[in-house]
Amino acid sequence: MMRRLLAVWHARNLEFLRDRPTLLFTLLLPLGVVVGMGFIFGGPPRPLFKVGVLGPSLGSHANPFLHERYVQFVPIHDVTGGLYEVTHQRIDLLLDLDGTARYWVNTDSPKGYIVEKLLIVADPGARRQPVTGQAIRYVDWLFPGILAMNMMFSCLFGVGYVVLRYRKSGFLKRLHATPLTAFEFLSAQVLSRLSLILFVTVLLYLCIGAIIHFHTAGSIGLLLLLAVSGSLSMIALGLTIAARFASEELVGGLLNLLTWPMMLLSGVWFSIEGSPRWVQWIADIFPLTQVIDGARAVMLDGAGFAQIMPNLIYLAVTTFVFLAFGAWSFRWRVE
Amino acid sequence: MPESAPILEVHDLVKQYPAVAAVDGVSFAVPEGTCFGLLGPNGAGKTTTIEIMEGILPPTSGEVRYRGEPLGARFREEAGILFQKTALQDFLSVRQSVQLFRGLYSHGLDVDEVLEMCALEKLASRDNRKLSGGQQQRLLLAIALVNDPQVLFLDEPTTGLDPQARRNFWDLVESIKARRKTIILTTHYMEEAQLLCDEIAIMDRGHIIARGAPQQLLREHFAEVLLELPRSEFPEPARALPLKLIDASDRVEISTHDLDATLRTLIEAQVPLRNLRIRPANLEDLFLELTGKELRT
Repeated sequence: MMRRLLAVWHARNLEFLRDRPTLLFTLLLPLGVVVGMGFIFGGPPRPLFKVGVLGPSLGSHANPFLHERYVQFVPIHDVTGGLYEVTHQRIDLLLDLDGTARYWVNTDSPKGYIVEKLLIVADPGARRQPVTGQAIRYVDWLFPGILAMNMMFSCLFGVGYVVLRYRKSGFLKRLHATPLTAFEFLSAQVLSRLSLILFVTVLLYLCIGAIIHFHTAGSIGLLLLLAVSGSLSMIALGLTIAARFASEELVGGLLNLLTWPMMLLSGVWFSIEGSPRWVQWIADIFPLTQVIDGARAVMLDGAGFAQIMPNLIYLAVTTFVFLAFGAWSFRWRVE
Repeated sequence: MPESAPILEVHDLVKQYPAVAAVDGVSFAVPEGTCFGLLGPNGAGKTTTIEIMEGILPPTSGEVRYRGEPLGARFREEAGILFQKTALQDFLSVRQSVQLFRGLYSHGLDVDEVLEMCALEKLASRDNRKLSGGQQQRLLLAIALVNDPQVLFLDEPTTGLDPQARRNFWDLVESIKARRKTIILTTHYMEEAQLLCDEIAIMDRGHIIARGAPQQLLREHFAEVLLELPRSEFPEPARALPLKLIDASDRVEISTHDLDATLRTLIEAQVPLRNLRIRPANLEDLFLELTGKELRT
C-alpha cells in the first residue's frame, strides 16, 4: 500500500512542480499577503480615539487636549462635514478651538463618551454640543458590505470555475464548432450569473433586512441598479481570469488573490479611512469598494443618483474593459 | 455547381508543433455527397488534420476551402461535428442537450426529428450523463445533425463501443449517407472504413501515403488472397522462399495471386499448415504493406 501511495504522491508532486505558473503563484501569494499586512497594520501603535479639529491647521492651537496620548487628531474643514462624521461615528468627537473651545459628541457613541471625559479634564471650560439624530448601528453599516461580499464570491468563483470546467471537459471546444462567438458565450454566462445573483441578493436583502429591522433610506430602484452594475463588473472580472487558463489551481489562486484583498480593503467589515492613503487608493480600484460605498450611501444616507453616479460610471467602464479583455484573451480549448 | 465538385479542398496543410510536424504537407479534395475516410494509427495526424478542416485548430500553413471559399460563417452553419471526446453540459436531459445546440444555428431540423433519426425518442428525458457509451455517441451524432449539415465530420465515432453499438452506429451513418450528405470520417477500424467510405486516404507520420477507393487501393496493392500463418510456426529458413512475406505482430502473411503454387511451395519446404488461414486482403493488410506497421498499434 505504501508503495502505491508513494508512487501517486510522487506523480502528484511532479505534476505540481511542472505547473510553473501555479507553483510561482503558490510561493508568491503568501509572501505578498505577509508583506501587504505588514504595510497596512505595521508601524507604531494605533491611537484609540479619533477627534476631528475644525480649522486649517492643528499646529496653531495650544489647547492641552491636543497633547493627549492615544488620540488621533485629524483636521476637518467644515462644520457640516464634521457633524456628519460624528453622527456616523466615523470620528469620536468634533472640536472647534476658535475662541472658547466647543465640541460635538455623539451621545450614542461609547468611544465618544470616554474621549469627552478626557477633554473635560484637559479643558474644563469647553462647551458641549450634543449631536442629535440616530447613530448607525454596526449591523446596519455591515449589512451593505455583507450583501456585496456575497455578490463578489458568487460572481468571481461561480463564473470562473464554470468556464474552466467547460474548457477542461471539452464542452467549450464543442461550442467552438458552432456559429457561437466568444463574446456571445461570455455574455450568456454574464447574464445567466447576473439573474441568479440578483435573485439571491434580493432574497438576502429581504430576509436579513426583516431580521435586523433595516430600512433603506434611499431608493430601492437605485440600489438595484447598483447591484446590477456591481455584479456585471465582478462577473466580467471573473471571466477575465477564467478566459485563458486550464489549471484549477492557478485559477483558484488568482481568484483568491482578488477576493482576499477585496474582502479586507473594500470596507466590508471595517472602515479603512484611517489607513495610509495608498491603501485607500488600492481599495478604490476594486469594484467591490465602489459597490459598498455606493450601497452604503443609498441605504444609510439616502443618496440619490447624482451622488452615486461616479460609482456607477466606474463599474460600467470596468465591466466593458474586463469583458473586452476576456473576449480578446478567450481560449476555447486547452492549449 | 456540378455534383462531383469538391465540397472541401485541403491545400498543403502543415501543422508544426515544437518537436514534431503533426501534419506535413497534406492535400486532397472531397467530392460532395461522398464519404471520405482518413485512416491511420494513433499519432498519424488524422485528428489534427480533421480538426484543422473543422476550423477548430489553425494550421501552421496551408488552407482549407469549403465550397471554394475559406472556412467562415457559412461553413460553421453548414458543418456538423462529432469529436473523438466531447463532454456536454451537466444536468441537461437528452432533449435539452439537443435543444441547446439547435439554438445555436439559424437553420436546422426539428429536435423531435433528430431524436427519432438517432433512435433517442425513448431516452429524451434522461440525464445525458446517464447514457451508455452507444447512447452517448448517438446523442453526440444527433447534436452534430441538428443543423441539417451539408458536411458531417466524424472523428473516430465508434472507438470504445461494443460490437453491437458499433453496428447500430454504422446503420445510422448509412442512413445519413443515403441523404446525400458529405461525411469525413477518421477511424482505425478497417471494417468501418471499408463499409462506409467511398474514398480513403491513409496517413502515417503526418503524410498521406495512399489515397483512392478502398477496393481500387486493394486491387492496386494486392493479389487476390492472403495466407496467414502463426509466426511461431513459420520456420526461419522458409523466409528464403520466393514468396511475398509481410510480418505482422503474431503472424506471417503471404500475399499471392497463385494460391496453388504458393501452397505447393510451402508444403515442399515443410512449413506446418495446420493453422493456415486464407482470406482476401483488407485495408489492414494494405496499411501493413505500406508502412510495415499495424494500424491499431
